[in-house]
Amino acid sequence: MEKKKLTIAVTGLNNIDSPGPGVPVIRGIKKSGLDVHIVGLAYENLEPGIYMPGLVDKTYLMPFPSAGSEAFLERLEYIHEKEQLDIIIPNFDSELYLFIKYSDKLLKMGIHTFLPSIEQFEERHKDNLPEFAIKYNITVPESKALMNSNELSNLPKPLSYPYYIKGKFYEAFKVSNYNQALYYFNKLSAKWGFPVIVQQAIHGTEVNVIALGDGDGNTVAAVAMRKQYITDKGKAWGGITIKDERLLEITHHIIKETKWRGGMELEMIKTDDGEYYLIEINPRIPAWVYLAVGAGQNIPEMLCRLAMGEKVNPVADYDSGKMFIRYSWDLIGDIADFEKIIIFGEL
Amino acid sequence: MSKLNSLAISDSGFIFKPSTGESFTTNEMGLFIIQLLKENKSGEEIINAIMEDFEVDNVTAGRDLYEYLDFLKREQMMD
Repeated sequence: MEKKKLTIAVTGLNNIDSPGPGVPVIRGIKKSGLDVHIVGLAYENLEPGIYMPGLVDKTYLMPFPSAGSEAFLERLEYIHEKEQLDIIIPNFDSELYLFIKYSDKLLKMGIHTFLPSIEQFEERHKDNLPEFAIKYNITVPESKALMNSNELSNLPKPLSYPYYIKGKFYEAFKVSNYNQALYYFNKLSAKWGFPVIVQQAIHGTEVNVIALGDGDGNTVAAVAMRKQYITDKGKAWGGITIKDERLLEITHHIIKETKWRGGMELEMIKTDDGEYYLIEINPRIPAWVYLAVGAGQNIPEMLCRLAMGEKVNPVADYDSGKMFIRYSWDLIGDIADFEKIIIFGEL
Repeated sequence: MSKLNSLAISDSGFIFKPSTGESFTTNEMGLFIIQLLKENKSGEEIINAIMEDFEVDNVTAGRDLYEYLDFLKREQMMD
């Protein structure tokens, strides 16, 4: 595989305060030693990854997923004609459905992906988490998917304040009374649609795992992390790798039982009593993936190799005590670059 | 591996607990006690060693040891 130059398209170049995973995914791929040509796929013309020196070789603007499958496929066909893509790594929850749905069509065009099936994608949705928990014997906090704000005043027991109110795709807010709940219900439903999910807050430490499943039930890679610094959007601004055997056991169990294919992130709460509650499964590589690379597991590289049909041996070991700390950095760009993105949709 | 042996401890007194990602700092006495615990020394042997190295009496050494053991257990750093 090293002999062939791979053209890899990556989305999620929004390296902002709630960062997409695109930039660290590309950093991981570039660190791997694979011979690559990186194509950035951006949805907004000010996504920082477009302008970061030495990151992408070329960027194309994409239509938002809400524009529909026709616009999506048309744009990808155009980009493929120009770039001859080998692999696409989508990094947004909101675009995954389209990429999964059309993965066979993409493969026929010669574009490889390594994604979960529609069934895998759907069953771990926030609103399906209670059923997921029963099916796979996982502990989750009490939750309910709401289609109407009236339901907030009549939540089933034992749901009680404080609880989290969560958007369908992104964002979660902890609320302590009805007025707060109603405010965020309206805000999240307007932004992400329905349902809005209410999930019991669990007191404990937030621990996360990034993992890669091969689709046959094997965990190819898994790294556990404890958030050390959390932004007001709930995002990790700093974190440290940990060796939590129980957490990794749960990860292996989920991947084995679901036969998960692709990258994933498990978000869990560990209580003071040592109980683990699964609060969310993100069906893609998370934005802190470069910590896993730094700790010894190059998940973006492994995902590329799996996408190209290579056999990848599972890696279990990694360094604990590796830390990441995000920072902001002002890039100086030129209006000419911005103009190209605005006028031509590519740079 | 015992909880105590899984800790990463530097000479500066910085303790990293890999299972949770927590870190702690300890003083010279704490480092001394941890070292002896890892060598499976008995309570009496540790108290005698503290008396000798830190030039304190038996009561003070015993108090220092048991207060430190409480701390290690409370933070789940020893079985």
